[in-house]
Amino acid sequence: MPLNQYLAQQKAKASNSNRPAMIMTHVVCGYPSFEANWKALEVMDSFGVDLVELQFPFSEPSADGPLFVKANQEAIRSGVHVEDCFEFMAKVTAKFSFKVVMMGYYNTVFKTGHRNFLQRLKNAGAHGFILPDLPVEEAAELHSIAKELELAPIILMTPTNSDTRLAELAKSADGFIYTVARKGVTGSGTDMNAEVSGFIERCRAFTDLPLAVGFGVSKAEDVEFIGKHADIAVIGTAALKAWEEQGAEGLTAFFTQLLH
Amino acid sequence: MDLFDFKDGREGYYGDYGGTFLPEILYSTIEELKAEFRKAKDDPTFWQEFIELMQSYSGRPTPVTHLSNLSKKLGGAQIYVKREDLNHTGSHKINNVMGQGLLVKRMGKTRVIAETGAGQHGYATATMAARFGFESKIYMGAVDVARQRPNVFWMENMGSEVVAVTDGQQTLKDAINECLRDWVTNMDNTHYVLGTACGPHPFPEMVSWFQSIIGREAREQVIEAAGKLPDRVFACVGGGSNAIGLFQGFMDDKDVQLVGCEAGGFGPGKGNHAARLAYKDATVGVAQGMKTYFLQNDDGNMLETHSVAAGLDYIGVNPVLVHLWEQDRVRFEAVTDSQVTEALKLSMRTEGLIPALESSHGFAQAMLEAEKMSKDEVILINMSGRGDKDIFTIADALDDSHWKEFIKQKADAYSSEA
Repeated sequence: MPLNQYLAQQKAKASNSNRPAMIMTHVVCGYPSFEANWKALEVMDSFGVDLVELQFPFSEPSADGPLFVKANQEAIRSGVHVEDCFEFMAKVTAKFSFKVVMMGYYNTVFKTGHRNFLQRLKNAGAHGFILPDLPVEEAAELHSIAKELELAPIILMTPTNSDTRLAELAKSADGFIYTVARKGVTGSGTDMNAEVSGFIERCRAFTDLPLAVGFGVSKAEDVEFIGKHADIAVIGTAALKAWEEQGAEGLTAFFTQLLH
Repeated sequence: MDLFDFKDGREGYYGDYGGTFLPEILYSTIEELKAEFRKAKDDPTFWQEFIELMQSYSGRPTPVTHLSNLSKKLGGAQIYVKREDLNHTGSHKINNVMGQGLLVKRMGKTRVIAETGAGQHGYATATMAARFGFESKIYMGAVDVARQRPNVFWMENMGSEVVAVTDGQQTLKDAINECLRDWVTNMDNTHYVLGTACGPHPFPEMVSWFQSIIGREAREQVIEAAGKLPDRVFACVGGGSNAIGLFQGFMDDKDVQLVGCEAGGFGPGKGNHAARLAYKDATVGVAQGMKTYFLQNDDGNMLETHSVAAGLDYIGVNPVLVHLWEQDRVRFEAVTDSQVTEALKLSMRTEGLIPALESSHGFAQAMLEAEKMSKDEVILINMSGRGDKDIFTIADALDDSHWKEFIKQKADAYSSEA
């Protein structure tokens, strides 16, 4: 099932429940270990998350904040390779009901080769990919192969983009749009206020795709706010932090407060 | 030959290399920078303002010096040196930094950030920020902070905040990542003063343009001094800004050989060096905003690099130089740490010149080739920086016992104060 269709179905499900928004979570492959990743995913699955980003670790994660930077580096240091990430992804998509998108940096894709990488992504059961350092101007070939393979290229929209640029970005997008709630890198908290909702409204004017809101989502109020203005709440650093502090128990407690 | 007209290809590309690979949040910032740079480049009064600033503040034009003793000793080509070491702050880095400072003023921004490896670029940026009244923050790998303390001292005393970056290999590339993270947060009032001709477009073009002042002066000066064009021109290549700066002066002189000298470190073999083109350990990739050759593994993750010279200890290389290398316009060679140390010693003993460890790479390769050239041939080397600021590293490289004794006494004196 293509991502668009899946999300439409999940959205209908969510609106019939007391869940304010769909949920996308994030796991850095191999950090702290694949076993730990698996346990974290079991917790996430038990809370019925809709989507999971599996991040392929890269040595230069320049769009990530300190916690994910450390996660990327530790994973590489402990010997995680691209090959391992594909294998893990295949196991995850075979077992769990949430859908998986790959997240990472363009060099990982470039070095593997566009077609080769996307074919392997497809084979591993992924539905799309997020490459924050690949601008749409450079993505034409990759996106055309993605279309052929029914993989959704997830595009980021940001508060600094002009309307002209948002219109351009919308043209390349499929699956859903990742709207970046604020300037900066992943990790620190975002004040979900009128500025953020205004930005989401602006994005909405240019696309009918579901809107995910990420960067700094950590509280139940954030998810409620996103439910009012957009479709998908992206939970990244806050969940990893909960895992780092208290493992599966901490993560369960985190999602319990987040989703009541 | 205009490398930067982009007539036959995409803007910001040199052959297959270059481009702008940045997070979307920086798109409008880069557009603004491109527009401002284009305006400045098309405005002859801007270049004039830049030249006057460099004359009054940095002592330009820097001279070309004939190394007659060294030439005689080697018994081959006549060796001339372009003295970028005589700039204020002791290296060519100030050319680019003052140029970008003028652009920052035009853009109305009030804060600058910079990465630094050897510390020379951070030092120059701190100087520029003090002079222009900008707030400044310098990111430097923790390993480099440890090996280049004197530069950190000056940066801090000129009012910059110096941040020791503890991610990754804790060197230049990690400092660049940290600058990008700062920039995606603070782009409204902040300009990123990238120090070398690398990174996303328009930086390679912009840095090359400001550094072209070296080649413009040097071509005239060497003709005046030697009576002819040089046969070979040597420059060290880390990111590649001093090399492209000097080489541009000779781009249309087809008979002038241009030689880029990379950090051979301990010699060939992954992890032993920072030679991207001279050795065969690098492949094409996309990182730090650009497509170019990187020292990386099959997964596209960057390898460890090593060089005695912090300023050359870098995974990637100027995309313009890669293009010129593929066209056989620039030749690439690597020299090892020990060859570099020997070249530095010889330069000090025969000429009383102390090239920086980075610049000594150009000296080492030039000396190797000079011996085999004839006496009426001419070599020009870019002395991109002076070495006395490297005193701790050079003293280590030379294993100088008097220096060690002095440091011990100093340390004892400080600890008895405490």
